[in-house]
Amino acid sequence: MSKDLRIINNKFIDQTTRISFKFDDKTLYGFKGDTLASALLANNIHLVGRSFKYHRPRGIMACGSEEPNAIVQVGNDDSMTEPNTRATEIELYEGLEVSSQNCWPSVNFDIGAINNFFSPLIPAAFYYKTFMWPANFWKIYEYFIRKSAGLGKSPTKPDKDIYDHRYLHCDVLIVGGGISGIIAAKTAAKNNLNTVLIEDKNILGGTTIFQENECFKINNSYSNEWLKKEIETLKSLKNLTIKTRTSLAAYHSYNYLLARENLTDHLDINEKKDKIRQRLWKIRAKKVILATGSMERPLIFNNNDRPGIMLSSSIKKYIDFYGVKCGQKISLFTNNDSIYETAISLNNSGVSVNSIVDIRDKTNSLIVKQAEKLGIKVHWKSSIVNTNGYKKINSIEIMQLSDDGNDVVGKKIKEECDCLGISGGWTPRVHLFTQSGGKLKFRDEDNVFLPNKSELDQISIGSCNGDFELDEIIKNAADSINKFLKVNNNDYENLEIITSKEINKKNIWLLPSDKPLGKTKSFLDFQNDSTANDVKLALREGFKSIEHVKRYTTTGMATDQGKLSNMHALGIIAETAGVKMGELGTTTFRPPYTPLTFGTIVGRNVGEFFDITRKTPVHDWHVENKAEFENVGQWKRAWYYPIENENMHEAVQRESKAARDSAGILDASTLGKIDIQGSDASEFLNRVYTNAWSKLEIGKCRYGLMLNEDGMVYDDGVTTRLSENHYLMTTTTGGAANVLSKLEDYLQTEWPELDVYLTSVTDHYGTVSICGPNSKKILSKVIPDLDLSDKEFPHMSFKNVLVDNIKCRVMRISFTGEHSYEINIQSSYAKSVWEKCFEAGKEFNITPYGTETMHLLRAEKGFIIAGQDTDGTMTPLDLQMDWIISKKKYDFIGKRSLYRSDTVREDRKQLVGLLTDDPKEILEEGAQIVAETNKQPIEMLGHVTSSYFSPNLNKSIALAVVKNGKKLKGQKLFVPMKNKTINVTITDTVFLDKENKRLNA
Amino acid sequence: MFLINCPYCGERDQSEFSAGGEAHIVRPKQPTELSDDQWAEFLFMRKNIKGVQLERWNHAHGCRKWFNMVRDTSNDKIHAVYKMGEKPPLK
Ligand SMILES: [Zn+2]
Repeated sequence: MSKDLRIINNKFIDQTTRISFKFDDKTLYGFKGDTLASALLANNIHLVGRSFKYHRPRGIMACGSEEPNAIVQVGNDDSMTEPNTRATEIELYEGLEVSSQNCWPSVNFDIGAINNFFSPLIPAAFYYKTFMWPANFWKIYEYFIRKSAGLGKSPTKPDKDIYDHRYLHCDVLIVGGGISGIIAAKTAAKNNLNTVLIEDKNILGGTTIFQENECFKINNSYSNEWLKKEIETLKSLKNLTIKTRTSLAAYHSYNYLLARENLTDHLDINEKKDKIRQRLWKIRAKKVILATGSMERPLIFNNNDRPGIMLSSSIKKYIDFYGVKCGQKISLFTNNDSIYETAISLNNSGVSVNSIVDIRDKTNSLIVKQAEKLGIKVHWKSSIVNTNGYKKINSIEIMQLSDDGNDVVGKKIKEECDCLGISGGWTPRVHLFTQSGGKLKFRDEDNVFLPNKSELDQISIGSCNGDFELDEIIKNAADSINKFLKVNNNDYENLEIITSKEINKKNIWLLPSDKPLGKTKSFLDFQNDSTANDVKLALREGFKSIEHVKRYTTTGMATDQGKLSNMHALGIIAETAGVKMGELGTTTFRPPYTPLTFGTIVGRNVGEFFDITRKTPVHDWHVENKAEFENVGQWKRAWYYPIENENMHEAVQRESKAARDSAGILDASTLGKIDIQGSDASEFLNRVYTNAWSKLEIGKCRYGLMLNEDGMVYDDGVTTRLSENHYLMTTTTGGAANVLSKLEDYLQTEWPELDVYLTSVTDHYGTVSICGPNSKKILSKVIPDLDLSDKEFPHMSFKNVLVDNIKCRVMRISFTGEHSYEINIQSSYAKSVWEKCFEAGKEFNITPYGTETMHLLRAEKGFIIAGQDTDGTMTPLDLQMDWIISKKKYDFIGKRSLYRSDTVREDRKQLVGLLTDDPKEILEEGAQIVAETNKQPIEMLGHVTSSYFSPNLNKSIALAVVKNGKKLKGQKLFVPMKNKTINVTITDTVFLDKENKRLNA
Repeated sequence: MFLINCPYCGERDQSEFSAGGEAHIVRPKQPTELSDDQWAEFLFMRKNIKGVQLERWNHAHGCRKWFNMVRDTSNDKIHAVYKMGEKPPLK
């Protein structure tokens, strides 16, 4: 620490506790309570990074979230390193390690800085314009751009920290703990409203808490002393929750807000362990009071970006709050009164102020007079036309302004300095207000956008509402809070307030220089390196909309979303285009206000908690038997059961063969199950399925196809009539939830007259499916009392049975084409029944099979899977399933759409079978199908939807959708692949047992 | 994020609901008697107005009931909710 850059000031930081930290591998020291920025400045380090495009040296400019330059990489652990963090917001802690970004190889010697010499060649949209052609040159461009331009690096390993989400409901949420926020919090909480006050800094009080100046007094105390007492009184208020280090990220409609609370970032490395790092608060507030304050604007002049050029209010905060001098010989440059406060603070702390350059004519406000009394020199009606110094400013060049302010005149004065404070006036922080949908209005007098109209229950108070003077802030805030909360608090009436009033206002968006415009570098967006010239160029090239200019020049598109630059960009556009600023409008501010880490956004929903996992009641058995699992929606389904070193193909071939040769057992518990009851249940099924249901006998099952109203296949499954008015419907695994909500929709909105009740019972029953020629023998061992003869228990029928006193429903249905049973068991007993079946099947070599074998077996039979062989454009006719459409029924969902001009087209894509000429060649699912091979462009006739090698047929089989496929049976087509063309022939969709003999085998 | 007053459950967060498009489009009772154009009108045509619109909403992660809503799409203000089968409240 350079001793001579610190003054003794223990009001806000603890200058007795020294803290060590590392910046670019160099160990430095600061005090407890410092930010990284204040500690660096105390070490005389201004240069912290390089600009994005020209790699110009850049220094700390501000003291809060609006900082555009001092963005650093925190931490160098693979799992915990955070890029794009603002040095002005990092609280110093023991063990902190940071490095500067966007410079290679180092901040002091940067190769990309060569861009600076070529900068006339890098105008707005340079990247768009230059790196266009030839396309294959991109590899080369990209290498260099990435190497020299990267903004920080991401961690490569999972984040070790813990993050959290919580909900919060309150009557009043106050955003911002400055003077007006404190007035609001006290008023609301005193009036029995459940109040929450959030503040992004670690203490309350905003900038007033360190305002100790004769020109700003309340009831004979300095404003900071008065405010300190107000903050004291907050402690006794029971209805008030105060959250510091909490920044509001997003403000959505209906007063739904997201705030990020920083819990451990300021703690020493060893104190952080096992604690929640950050918490995202999801807040629903009845009323919202925005007291977000304002931020100081820079001034736009030639070479306004050198390290050492800072916002004047930040220089004030560094001296008054942190006890840090930003320089020893400081010059100041302004268009308004507030810089005089900085000058007085510096003077009182023993820092010499060279002079103040003020673009205005001489003014006599209270604060100006006080500064002049202290002997501070002012250059009235003057401007800075240039600055010098490469890695740090060392001098400024001052000239007089012409009367119209468009030119500079007279003699150039050179003034040496090691720091320059600038102030271009104040911008209300209306970002959250506009995020919430609020509309702004423009105030010409001091060029500010202010909150105008909002649909939400909210107000803005203080300087974010355009009140900049102490008396106005207190009076207007107190009045509007009373009105807004419908209370009558008179604590803030009859206060005796002394405040300096700004008399003279003047603004020049782009300050003139003695050099012509093209030869100057007046930066607007410091982080993205866009200059006033870039914006003017964009306008000359015909861009009119502010949103287009923004994108073309990238002004306001960096990680700070142009907090500092937007107003000047708008001002220069308005001026150049000759329109009023109020008419131009602003760009959109999007959440988050300051960047959030991904950790905070996802909270606890990481790893196994990322999504819900659904497991069947038999799941543990599959695990014990070494199943590989497949994710089907949220379900974990057994995929295949490899034995020893089998790969998936080998396991599936074995399982498929075993199921047809003897017996297979499948866990079908994930199939959607809907219990349907009511006197109109049959009529209801008639309306939702394409086929007829009223004549289905009790105890019988039927396959049904469900369409959307547009005639396209939606879902399918078997439904069983359990009793007169009671059905059990099954759906596909993935479609279960959607089918239920679709059916509910029709019941509630179109057919409320039907007496039907739907209940999802998917999780209530486990389903064990046994198939194969020996399935009957196995079932007879499990349920000896049951008559399994074809006469008593035919295909497509159901029985209520007992397995060891466990009530089960057995359906004789088949998705494999084999003789097969599905046993539905109350979930808690499903595993024991599964085990019993498996035990009984051992003598028949019963083989557990997973979803992959199930898919193969059904493909051999040409059974579709809704969602694999259909894609929302397939009608039942396209699937060659004409048989399932009832001719007799007057109506069902989707019926009318089956004879729209488009759905009756004969050349639609239709489901067909495909056989490869080489029976060993397996097609790729999704592969395109064509009729010719040597034509370009070639028409795609369709694509492969399902493809397998069938061990039972000993050849490759596939299903496909092909244009006009119904009429193309026997036709030779081609499947072009990357390295070869596969010859195929269109066939029937049923490959095995066309006569369905196996069902009754 | 809206706060929606389900007519059956009361105020709940929007995340519990799903939107179901324009309300009061009644499924024709005799679809077979409609021309292609008439059927297409029912099937595809939705107004999607900027301003006050009548919409269907479902309290999907709650009581699972469908209901109607009067919402201004320009500012997301919900003016009223009412049950299926009820007439929209006059404004
Ligand atoms: Zn509800």
